[in-house]
Amino acid sequence: MRLDKKSLVDPNTPIKFQFDGVSMSGFAGDTLASALLANDVRLVARSFKYHRPRGIMSAGSEEANALVTVGFGSQQEPNIRATQLEIYDGLEVFSQNCWPSLKWDLLALNDLAAPFLTAGFYYKTFMWPKSFWEKIYEPMIRKAAGLGRLSGQANRDRYEKAFAFCDLLVIGGGPTGLIAALQAGRAGLSVILADEDYRFGGSLNAETAHIGDVYADQWVDSIVQELSDLPNVQLMTRTTITGAYDQGTFGALERVSKHLAFPSKELPVECFWRIVAKRSILASGALERFIAFPNNDRPGIMTASAVRTFINRYAVSPGRSVAIFANNDGAQQTVIDLQAAGVQIAAYVDARLDAGISGDFPIYRGAEVCDTSGRLGLEGITVRHAGGEINIAADCLAVSGGWNPTLHLSCHMNGQPYWSRHLLSFLPTQNAIPGMLYAGSVAGHMSTRACLQSGVDKACSIIKDLGKLATALMIPDAENYPYEIQAIWSVSPKGKQRSWLDFQNDVTVKDVMQSVAENYRTVEHMKRYTTQGMAPDQGKNSNVTSLAVLADATGKGIPEAGTTTFRPPFSPVSIAAMGSQGQDKGFAPERFGSTHQAILDRGAPMIEVGLWYRPSYFPRPNEKTWRQSCDREVMMVRENVGVCDVSTLGKIDIKGPDSGHLLDLVYTNKFSSLSVGKVRYGLMLREDGHVMDDGTTARLDQEHFLMTTTTAAASLVMRHLDYLHQCLHPEWDVSFASVTEHWTQFSIAGPKTRDLLNGLLDQSINNEGWPFMTCGQVNILGISGWLFRISFSGELGFELAVPSRYGDNLFRILSARAEELGGCCYGMEALNVLRIEKGFITHAEIDGRVTAFDLGMERMVNQTKDCIGKAASQRPGLNDVDRPQLVGIKPVVSVKQLTAGAHLFTLQDPAERIYDQGHVTSVAYSPTFGCFYGLAFLKNGSERYGEQIRMVDHVRDIEAICEVVPPIGFDPEGRRARA
Amino acid sequence: MRLLCPNCGERDVREFYYQSTAGALIRPDLDAGEVVWDNYLHNRDNPAGKTEDLWYHEAGCNAWIVVIRNTVSHEVLDAELAADKRRDTEAKK
Repeated sequence: MRLDKKSLVDPNTPIKFQFDGVSMSGFAGDTLASALLANDVRLVARSFKYHRPRGIMSAGSEEANALVTVGFGSQQEPNIRATQLEIYDGLEVFSQNCWPSLKWDLLALNDLAAPFLTAGFYYKTFMWPKSFWEKIYEPMIRKAAGLGRLSGQANRDRYEKAFAFCDLLVIGGGPTGLIAALQAGRAGLSVILADEDYRFGGSLNAETAHIGDVYADQWVDSIVQELSDLPNVQLMTRTTITGAYDQGTFGALERVSKHLAFPSKELPVECFWRIVAKRSILASGALERFIAFPNNDRPGIMTASAVRTFINRYAVSPGRSVAIFANNDGAQQTVIDLQAAGVQIAAYVDARLDAGISGDFPIYRGAEVCDTSGRLGLEGITVRHAGGEINIAADCLAVSGGWNPTLHLSCHMNGQPYWSRHLLSFLPTQNAIPGMLYAGSVAGHMSTRACLQSGVDKACSIIKDLGKLATALMIPDAENYPYEIQAIWSVSPKGKQRSWLDFQNDVTVKDVMQSVAENYRTVEHMKRYTTQGMAPDQGKNSNVTSLAVLADATGKGIPEAGTTTFRPPFSPVSIAAMGSQGQDKGFAPERFGSTHQAILDRGAPMIEVGLWYRPSYFPRPNEKTWRQSCDREVMMVRENVGVCDVSTLGKIDIKGPDSGHLLDLVYTNKFSSLSVGKVRYGLMLREDGHVMDDGTTARLDQEHFLMTTTTAAASLVMRHLDYLHQCLHPEWDVSFASVTEHWTQFSIAGPKTRDLLNGLLDQSINNEGWPFMTCGQVNILGISGWLFRISFSGELGFELAVPSRYGDNLFRILSARAEELGGCCYGMEALNVLRIEKGFITHAEIDGRVTAFDLGMERMVNQTKDCIGKAASQRPGLNDVDRPQLVGIKPVVSVKQLTAGAHLFTLQDPAERIYDQGHVTSVAYSPTFGCFYGLAFLKNGSERYGEQIRMVDHVRDIEAICEVVPPIGFDPEGRRARA
Repeated sequence: MRLLCPNCGERDVREFYYQSTAGALIRPDLDAGEVVWDNYLHNRDNPAGKTEDLWYHEAGCNAWIVVIRNTVSHEVLDAELAADKRRDTEAKK
């Protein structure tokens, strides 16, 4: 029911929205919760397990009942708290966890079965038969229980992440946070003030209080105005500080555009911040807690502070006749506010015999609410008092069981809160988060004036700590009532009555009792057995009360029982925000070489190689499959000439007098002895003796080398070189830089390679002047580049490097020349076939478990010098003849395919793990051999050439009998490369 | 977590690559024997308290650094360039 009174909503801006398809209207400034109550909607949701009718129980982010689904299709978002959702024109909201409708929910039958559905029900009931769990029980339970559902579609909304740095982060923009931020802002600190609400003010927004001589909301506005004028203060509304982490790092979720009817396309939906703060003030306030009395979960029963918030902030009365049930002085303000708003007070029930209250309404001291009635919403309460029991009609019950300081962040780094006997609450432990101070009601200050004082005090202490001057602000006059509270956690039930503790997970007092009865008596066991505190609200509403019930049942005190651990996030954070920009290309950015466009122009499909994109093959018009293109490319390289961009291989430029020393240490073989103008193949080990990477290194000048690495290991090798230089030999005069992207490098391979190059090079070349494994500077079409006579195909070949800006143009020229000579461009598929035929290794072979011995390269480990991994490589276990060694495999009869990943077995043994002889690493159809060919690791393989072996691929169900052959299948003498 | 880089100041941990304990700086001689090499390669202390780690400022200045931190409190106590540390160690030999 909307009231005609001063409030913070704007009655001149009506807003239309829909709830479960019904059109309703509210005002700008309303949350969904206040707007629904203004439209007299009390039933909002069904509960998790028993499908009990539920309404709105709070007015903030701690809401456990009123969870709704917003939007459709891929934008559908479940479990949004109605108390935080700002309404906007066109908003469509749906209730969840009910069928066929909120009012007639068939699964409410669960409530009748409640005696069976208590704590531990699933554990006990669905134990057997075991096979039923996955197929029958779990899907059934999942369908019946739970909150909102996901759409199952990919969400394309934009999310962002951002970083911020400050001297002081103030968490919470209530009276405490505002005055602390002002104190620090005036002293010149860089300050971030964050609040989860869309309006600063915190508890002041809910009250009619005065601060100084103005209304609280005017005071808030004036402080916010001054803060926003200070250039060193950043104000962040709709921003929840979600977690506290090491070295003053905080996570924060900002809801940027969820409240807008027509958000600009530039705006993200949410932004996940990482805020680094030298100091922080936790001014997060306190949450009012419930009392566990029978049937305390009906729509219309809410916290007393929620009632005040709806009346004062939103001008909405949650009921026409409101009863109050409290155990502390704070609830008196509720009486005052209800009376001021002209709402009838049905009764005031206080657990304390000496409650100081007077008024023109029934008052019950030393009494308790012991039952409630009303099927889809509260209709009446039963009060148990000294003179007996009485039924009272009421459609709203305001409950106050005291206050729990919102200390969650103080526990994120293992801090354990301590129990205050005076406040009957946990308080945050000092120094639990380095650099964090607590101010206001989270620190146990229960009056507005005390909060303001502590905000100023803590800010001043931080200002001084950071070496600035602080003159403490004058504290304005404000509410300064004492706080009196008497413990009442639960009201004893009669018969089968249930009293709810955790509304979100449907956990009752009875469940906790049962947990204790079955000996799950510690708080962590009770939590897991009953699921109390596990839902999205993470026990914000229920933890302390549940703990008190547990403590009673086990005969311990609350401090001895201890709390469960509060972990980040404080309130739910969407994965989309945390992982923003980590989808698709954000997860795997694209690296394009200089020839990318030229390759696309030739119609080549691209494949990913790490982050790089490289051509798979270059189709010609008559070719229908990739194999046809690949086979043709392989044969053209073997017979004529082919061109391939190999720029993605890592290139590291190494200079300095100690370059040779560095290379001798990193490679197993010697490079300091390499002559200028020569190239050598090198093998790198990790310190544990296994192969790290391989590649060629050229000596360009006396103190100048160019190392190549595999594409995959380029950054790893760079890091490794930095390690060797900085950590092991800082005395060496050597420096290096990655030049991978500076040079475009082409492999030109095939018998007609020289024919292709001669004519383009300023000076023609021949075999005598440019023998195998030489290098030097050349001029090609007037551009200065480097030429290396190396081969990864086994053919006569060169690699030609030119500055990247010429790559595109040169690729087009080289490709055209190759075609004139009966050759072609070749892609990754053909490159792979060519190297497999030659037994050249890639990271398919050097997978991190392989030694030089396994590759048949043990002689490459130079005996006259040390190198990384040498000591370990000499361990007997790494040179054992039974280790799998690199071999080639050829099918004995024609087969459809060999598969990489398949395992090898002898012909006699069954194809079972214990008989495993090795595995296949690379396979290709070899047009050169006219059959499949593979590389594999086989136990004692180098001694088994000629043996027949069975290849079994258990995953793809493929088998083939193969002959074991030496790994170098093609031109083993290497004549062609030297021709 | 934030680490201290002697070149760049305090930076987010995601800019760094973790390698191992700083003991890696003291690499045994080739002929130091199996026990010493086994210890160097495989055996690690798991201290509750002060520890020295080797990190690489990969998304920064490419410096290898030794970070002294407390594994219990997560406090970062100090950091120096690995090259400086290695030079000091060698000089003391």
